[in-house]
Order: sequence, then C-alpha cells, then structure tokens
Amino acid sequence: MKPTLQRRLPQLTTGAIFAALFVTAGLMYEGFFSARVAVNLFTDNAALGLTAMGMTLVIFAGGIDLSVGAVAGFTSIFVATLIEQHHVHPALAALAALALGGVFGAGMGAIIHWFRQPAFLITLAGMFLLRGCAFWLNTESVGINHPLYERMADFAWEIGAVRIPLIALVLAGGLIIGGIIAHYTRFGRNLLALGGNEQSALLMGLPIGSAKVWVYTFNSLCATAAGLVGTLYTVSGNPSTGIGLELDAIAVVVIGGTVLTGGRGHMLGTVFGLLIFGTIQSILLFDGRLSPWWSRIVVGVLLLAFILLQRGLVRVAGKAK
Amino acid sequence: MSAAPLLTLRGIGKRFPGVIALDGVDFTVRAGEIHALLGENGAGKSTLIKVLTGVYEADAGEIKLAGQPLRANIPADAERAGISTVYQEVNLVPSLSVAENIALGRQPGRFGFLNWRAIRRHAREALARLGLDCDPDAELGSLSIALQQMVAIARALDLKARLLILDEPTASLDEKEVADLFAVMRRLREQGLGIVFVTHFLDQVYAVSDRITVLRNGTLVGEYLTAELPRLSLVGKMLGRDLAEPTPGLANAAENTAGASVLSARSLSRKGALHSLDLDVRRGEVLGLAGLLGSGRTETARLLFGIDERDSGELRVKGAPVALRSPRDAVRLGLAFCSEDRKSEGILPNLSVRENLIIALQAKQGGWRTLARSEQDRLCAHYIAALRIKTADAEVPIRTLSGGNQQKVLLARWLATQPALIILDEPTRGIDIGAKAEIEQLIGKLRTEGIAVIFISSEIEEIVRNSTRALVLRERRPCGEIAGDKLNVNHLMKAMAGGHTKHE
Amino acid sequence: MTERVRQFLRSPVLWPLAGIALLLIANLILKPGFLNITVLDGHLYGLPIDVLNRGAKTLILALGMTLVIATGGVDLSVGSVVAITGAVAAALIGQGTDSLALIVAGALGAGALAGLANGLLVARLGVQPIVATLILMVAGRGVAQVLTDGQVLIIKHPGFDFLGNGFVLGLPFTIVCATLLYLAAHAALRRTAGGMFIEAVGDNPEASRFAGLATARIKILVYVVCGFCAAIAGIMEAANIGAADAQRAGENMELDAIFAVVVGGTALAGGRFLLLGSFVGALLLQMLITTMYNLGVPPAVAPVPKALLILTVCLLQSDRTRRWFGGLWRGKPAS
Repeated sequence: MKPTLQRRLPQLTTGAIFAALFVTAGLMYEGFFSARVAVNLFTDNAALGLTAMGMTLVIFAGGIDLSVGAVAGFTSIFVATLIEQHHVHPALAALAALALGGVFGAGMGAIIHWFRQPAFLITLAGMFLLRGCAFWLNTESVGINHPLYERMADFAWEIGAVRIPLIALVLAGGLIIGGIIAHYTRFGRNLLALGGNEQSALLMGLPIGSAKVWVYTFNSLCATAAGLVGTLYTVSGNPSTGIGLELDAIAVVVIGGTVLTGGRGHMLGTVFGLLIFGTIQSILLFDGRLSPWWSRIVVGVLLLAFILLQRGLVRVAGKAK
Repeated sequence: MSAAPLLTLRGIGKRFPGVIALDGVDFTVRAGEIHALLGENGAGKSTLIKVLTGVYEADAGEIKLAGQPLRANIPADAERAGISTVYQEVNLVPSLSVAENIALGRQPGRFGFLNWRAIRRHAREALARLGLDCDPDAELGSLSIALQQMVAIARALDLKARLLILDEPTASLDEKEVADLFAVMRRLREQGLGIVFVTHFLDQVYAVSDRITVLRNGTLVGEYLTAELPRLSLVGKMLGRDLAEPTPGLANAAENTAGASVLSARSLSRKGALHSLDLDVRRGEVLGLAGLLGSGRTETARLLFGIDERDSGELRVKGAPVALRSPRDAVRLGLAFCSEDRKSEGILPNLSVRENLIIALQAKQGGWRTLARSEQDRLCAHYIAALRIKTADAEVPIRTLSGGNQQKVLLARWLATQPALIILDEPTRGIDIGAKAEIEQLIGKLRTEGIAVIFISSEIEEIVRNSTRALVLRERRPCGEIAGDKLNVNHLMKAMAGGHTKHE
Repeated sequence: MTERVRQFLRSPVLWPLAGIALLLIANLILKPGFLNITVLDGHLYGLPIDVLNRGAKTLILALGMTLVIATGGVDLSVGSVVAITGAVAAALIGQGTDSLALIVAGALGAGALAGLANGLLVARLGVQPIVATLILMVAGRGVAQVLTDGQVLIIKHPGFDFLGNGFVLGLPFTIVCATLLYLAAHAALRRTAGGMFIEAVGDNPEASRFAGLATARIKILVYVVCGFCAAIAGIMEAANIGAADAQRAGENMELDAIFAVVVGGTALAGGRFLLLGSFVGALLLQMLITTMYNLGVPPAVAPVPKALLILTVCLLQSDRTRRWFGGLWRGKPAS
C-alpha cells in the first residue's frame, strides 16, 4: 500500500464510517437523502466545526484547550451586550471580540510555554475564568436587533434549488483556511513536528515557543468566531453558549483520526468527524424515538474505539521494528 | 583523503560543579577523513561532542572550523557553521514523512505556501546523494532505525554540513545495516566531508576509520593512524594500562568453595541486546562480568532480573526452572539488582532515605505486612553505619545526598532483602576511593556469608580483585570464561579486545 | 516543640490555611454575624456549617483525586461519575428497591466499575490518563441521561435523604462522613505501606518497578478508589437535592477536585501527597465560593476567583518562579 494512503488510513476510516452512516440513515428515514439535510449538517454545526478546526491545530502540537466553549460563550454575550446596550456597530463589536479572544489565547499559550504548566490545567482555569466573566456581563440571554444581523441571517448562496446560508459558508471557508494552514504552511508543519517529538523539534531549530503561543492564539480566535457564528444562528447572545463545546470539539478531532498526543493527523479527518457528529444528531432528530443523549454515548464509544485503535497502531509499529 | 585540517580543537577544558569533564583536550579532523573517537565511561567523549555542537560552552580552549574560529552557543549555531550531528536516538519526528523530515524548517514554497512536489523532489535528491532509494512519502517511524539514521544524515547534508558527527550510530543495527552505513560514510568521505565516528565497537573502528583519537578521564591519550595501532594497544590506551605490567592474581584464587547453584541461565537471548548466553552462579561465588562499553553486560543483568523480556532461554533459580517475567518475580525468588543508572532506575528522588532503603524489602513482603517503624529505623541505623552513608538523618529526601551516598543507600536497599543473589552493576561508579574500598570489602563479606554476587564493572582491576570467576562479553556475545590463576588483567584484556592477534 | 512548629511552618498546608484565615477575616468584616452558629432541634446551623456541608462533596472527590494525582495521573471523569451514580441510585429507588444498603451498594459499585475501566485503560493499555478519563467524561453524562431517561428523577426515600441532609451528633452527615473518610484513608495509607507505594509509583515509576512493586496494580487501585469516592459524592449530591439531575449533577466538580489537590500542596507531576492539604484546599475553595455569595456575586460568576486562584498557584509553583525568587521560597513544598 502506498505510504501516503497508509498514513491517511484513520481519516479514510472515519470517512467510510460517515458514508456508511449517511447512507444507512438515508435508507432508513424518509427525506434524509437531500441537499437540505446535507447543508444543515454544516449550518447546525458551524460553531462546533470552527472550534474543532482550531482544536485540531492545538492537538497537532500536542496541546489541548478546554477553554474554547467559554470563549464562545463570552464572545456571544459580549457582542450582544455591545450591540444592544452600547449601540456599537456589529462589525466593531466583532473586531473587539476577536481582539480579546486573541489576547486571551496568547496569554494562555504564554503561561503554558514559559512557565511550563500543563495545558489542560491552564486552559481549564481559563475556561472557568471566561465563563464566569460571561455570566458577569449578563446572566440571561440578550436578543440582537440590528439590521445587519437580519440581513446576514437571511443571506444565502443559492445554487439551483439548493440554499446555502451564510453560516454554512463561513464554516466551509474556515475549514478550508484551517486545512491550508495545517498542510501548506511552515507554521502548520512545525505544529506537527512539535507534537510529534518536541525534543527533536527543538534540536532541529524549529521555533517551538512562538509556535505554541500562536496556536493557542489562533485557536481562541476560532472559538471567538464560533461564538460570533452562534450569535448569527440564534440572533442573540447567551452566556451559556458553548457549554460542553470543548469536549465535543476534542471528540470530533479524535474521531477524525488525529492522535491526542500530537504529531499525527489531517484536517480532512476533522471534517469527516464533524460530519459524523452532525449525522448522528440528524439521525436522532429524524428518529424521534431515541433520546438525544444517545449521541453522547455513541460519541464516547467512537472516541474509545479510535483511542484504542491509535494505541494498537502504535504498538504494532513498535513491534514491527 | 587527508587534506588540510577541517576542524581543530585545542586545549578544550570544561568543568561542572565537582568534576572536571575535559582538561586540555586537542582534537583534529581533516576533510575527507573518517575519524573515530574512543573512550570508556567518563572519558569525556559526549562532553567534547556537546562542546563542539554548542550544547555546552567550553571553559577553555579554542575551536576552529576551516580556519575560522567557531563559537557555538546554541545547537543552531553549530549547524549553521556546517557541523551536523546524528545521534543514536534519531532526532527527527517519526510521525512525519521522510521528505518532510529532511525539509522541516526550510520547506520550499511560494508566498508562504508549501510546494509539496518540490519538497518530495528535494528529498529524493538528498537521498540519492547517499545512494539511498527509499520512498520520500514513507512515514519515518515505519522505517528501520538504520534507514532513519540515513535520513538524518541526508538532512544534515542538506544543511550543507562539512563535518558530520555520528554518535554511536551502529548500536541498534545488524551487520548488513552496518555495512550499508559504512558504504554511505565512505561515499561521503570521497565527497570531502569530515566524519567523526563515536563508537565502542572496535571491529567497526578498524573496518572504516582512518584515524583514532582516544580520550581517558577527560584528557587526551593520543591521536593515531588506525593502520598503525594494534588492537591490544588501543584497548590498553582506553583503559589506561600498559600491557607489559604483570598484575598480581586474585588473592582468593585458592578458595573456590563452589556451593549449590543459585542462578543458572541457558541460551539467554534478546534481539538487539544479547546473543545466546549461558551462565551459572553458585553460593559464595562472585561472578565478574567483564567487557567494554556496549558489550552487553547490563543487558544480561536486565534479562536475568526480568526487567526485559527474553526472546529465548531458560532460567533456573536454585535448580528449579522459573518463569521470571518481572522484577517483582525476581525479588520474590530472592534476587536483587542494583542498577548502574541510579537516577532513572534507582532512587525515588523525593522520598526519604529511609523509604528508599526499605522499599524493596517492603515490596517483597507485600503492602499488608507493614514493616514496623522501629524495624525500619533499626535497618536504617544498621546500614547507615555499616556502609558509612553520610546523611543528616534518615528522613531527608534522598536527592539531597551525594551520588556516592545515594548509591550506598541503593545497595543497602537490596542487602536488606537478604537476597540469595545480588547483581551489582557498576556499584563503584562515581564514588570516592574510600567508599570504593568499603564496597569491595562488602562484596567479600557477602561471599563469605554465602550470597552469590554478579559483579559488573568497567574497571578491569576491580573485576580481578573481587571476582572468583569472570565471564567476558564482547559485542553482545559471551566470549569466554576465565577463572583461577588465569584471572588477571592481561587475560581479561586480551579477551575483551578480541579480533585477530595481528592488527587489521 | 520548636522542631514540630518549624516543620509545620514549612508545610505546604500553611498556604491554604492562611488563605482560609484571610477569607474568614474578610467575611467577618463583611458580615459580622458570619461565625454565628445556632442550635435547632439539636442540630447546628449557620454559615460556617454551610461551608462544611457544601464543601463535603469536593472534599470527598479531592480524596480520590489526590491518590490518582500522586501516581502521576489525573481523573477528568469524576463529574460524570457523580451524575451516573446519582442516576443509578434514583433508578434503583424508582424501580422499587427499598433497602438502603442495596441502593448504596449499587451506586458505589457503579463508581468502582467506572474507576476500574479508567485504571485498566491507563495501567494495562498504557493510555495517557487525560485521554483515558476523557472518554468517560464525554460519554458518562450520556449514560446518566439514559438511566434517568432524560428526566430529572425525583427521589423519595427517607433513608437515602439522610445521606445528603441528615445530621449526626449535631453536624451534617455529609461533613462527618467526609471527615471519617479522610481519617480512614490516612490510617489505611500511612499505617500500611500503601501510601508509600503510591508515592513511589508517582515519584519514579521505573525505579518502583525495579524495586519489585506491582506498579500496574497500584495504579488501577487508585482509579478504583477515585471512582468510589465519586460515587459517594454522587449519592450525597442526589440525596441533597432529592433528585438525580444527569445534566447538572457533578458539573465542574472535577476541576474543583483538581484545584483542591494542587492548592493543598500535592504536585501534579506525582509523588508525595498530602491528604490534609487536599482537605484544607477543598475547604478553601468552598470558603471562596461562600465569600462570593456574601459579596452578592451571582453564583455563575463565582468560578472567576477560583480560576484566578489556581492560575496564581500554578505560577507560584512553577520552576521559573522559583528561580526568580531564589532563596525567598526555599521553604516551599518539594514539588
């Protein structure tokens, strides 16, 4: 088997699982096999997708970021508050949110790198910090009434009979950008080197310090974008947005074949993982019989399966030498 | 072949707190030359390499590369100057492809976007320079260590290296792979590269190197043309002894009260570590394992103690065949093992001296039959006095003790389990003379008490002084047993050097 | 006497204790009646009792977490296990089980099973602890939701209710139980070699193995204990609110537990652990929350000072900070 193909095996497996799921669902449920459902996969999971995209890069580098849900939530209520209570133009509010998000991510990355603290703990603290700040701004959700929002919520790209809303386009664009960064820039490759073997990366002269800080910065920007997209989706800001989002994002990334310890993976896998996630949700919606919480269990089982698969592959590789 | 000096080191000195690692060392490498750097433990080889590559800064001396002074403060400096190092643990990223590893950090691209076709092409060219034909898309980790090293060399060349340092490159390679590596090295030599070949395999030194530099205890012993230095002389220079000196035999050579068999092994082997070894140790014996660095002594100990899984071979304890699959099994069978790497395999750094001392005994008894504190204190007091361990009291964390005293605590740990057999791997390394004598006395005492001892040491005289019998290992194979009045330094050295009586 | 005093002053427990003292003073200034304890029906009531009561769950979780962290691992799934065990208890009661012993046994069993799963993944399959426990963290709530069928199951069982709201000798059962657990753990770990074995495994797993310890077994055991503790906390949580809320039960509890352990002086890298430290650390966290309530801070915002506290502790404990402060910090914990 060609080596490139062999290395993409986990992603291809995920892709195959997605195809199987989608086809099965299409056969089982009336109306599943439609463009509308396919587009909805993107629209309904835009926030998760953007978050997972950023998380993929963090995990490539061997790190982890548990604060993304809180960033999304904070962004959500922050932007809504600025627009509704301070009459700031949405574009400015969005920029302000992005600035804050970037600084937050950079701060966490700096602490993780300079003070050599475990990423899970620092980002967990970050999560608490921002979630608390979000509720500090407002404990209730705030509806957004701004003409720009209404226009954006209505906006869609129409190809024939298919209607692709702005949010879906944003997700698609984000995934493409993420893919380009991961596979066509030195920064992306440095992240994989960092996650693969930090010691070697250091000895090879790669700029691991700045790579670490930048990846957390970028990830927080993605989470901020997810929060912004969320406000578009619900036309409101809510401090509770994104609770549990980080775990879903990590699950999507791992199911996509990316190794949690870093160094190995492909953005395409994350795309497939996202599609699987969305399909499971759609199936539960269509079925109506199964409680929605089965999705958590299915995701957990898939997660376990992929982690064991990764462990198994590592063992086989070690013995083969 | 030989041309103007490519690299000259003069008077290099480096000291760390409490120890002089290098003192007035000169080292010269010419372009188009393969130069072997040899020395036993503590000789200073790795320190010298680290000074050269910018990991350490020399306290004294100067370095010149192609006539220009070289001041490398960080590894990147040395690399930029044209010095590349390939280590035994290949310092590349195993999860990325071969092509990527070669190009990492300097990938060709337009407007910041990588050009994968160019990356692959580039890699193929780099590999071709070495005469290699491996798939640039292959995942590095899926290749054999030998090939991974080749990729590391290819990367080094790609970085326009003029001097290539190979640090123990052949340790994990089989014969064919070694031959392939040598072919590459010769090819690079023809291309005018200077190659520093750090190794402990004497056969290989004679097979491929042009010159040899020997270090010992941080000082330069000399630089020689390989063709003009006989094997035995080389070993002598490495160990710091002259062959002509006759050495006195073992004082206790007369006694050989061979008691019952405590531990015996048949056809013990493990891929990459040891080829088929037979071994017998009896009560009251001290079996010395002699051999140069890398000959397989520690590997043997690890197999005997169940740390590593053996591929084949049978073990018997007190005559009965045993499974022995873990150190836990070994301890329960009455074996003990005092490792040479006390930092990572010995001490529990933040736990107290007392806890470190009683842990093996407690593990042997299981978690429920706790040793009474009074008993623990008694054991500590006994061993602290018996081994003269210098410590404020038994409650301080063991990491605050000096290396030598830490070693003594580890020794006490195993003695406290009252084993039937104890393996001592370099027990006197890093210990002052006085303590060394104490430990040797202890070994004698163990013998008279009927405890069997396997004693591993790099110092030949120690083996001669303390063993009743010696087993010599060379390049992972047993190559002879020496006992009785034949147990002297000359015989041991000859066995360790091996090869033909004529130099190659 | 002076030697013990000096030892105490050097102990890492000093810092969280000082924190509690500071918060007590702050609270007294804000609410002069803070330390008022009233007696009603032979039961003690008052804000300090409240702190102890609410903090009991974190205390118990921190106990199990301390041992897991001491072996160099971490258990992110405890929050989900709290939800699961509460759901198990509610389901058992809902099905008509009346025997309190059976209900408790069922819940405890579920927790121990979860711990066993985690332990096997870590010790036998070599999966990283964060990764291994993440799976249960994700899937656990789903399991709990399935058990409660997505509802918030009301629990009506007087015996069970006692476990969360009852009083023993005037004090809430929860805090008495937590204290007893700590005392029992202390006795079990320090009177036997168990504590030392756990510390050895965390301090240097390789050396421990060489010394003849059954390191895999020890690791599995600590995860089982952690699951067991999560089960006890889960029972108390469900009994406390009289219902099993699979969605909210145990929310963020894993973080509180980890914080309590770290603030209490046990290093995340493993090795020496301090049960007393975790006890005080958990109390400190609860004091912090209560202080926030008294300040009128909405409960949803309370995590902010928690996060700031843990960030400060992390920064202070880091090597870099130690090097900066040099001699000033020589009395700090050996982490």
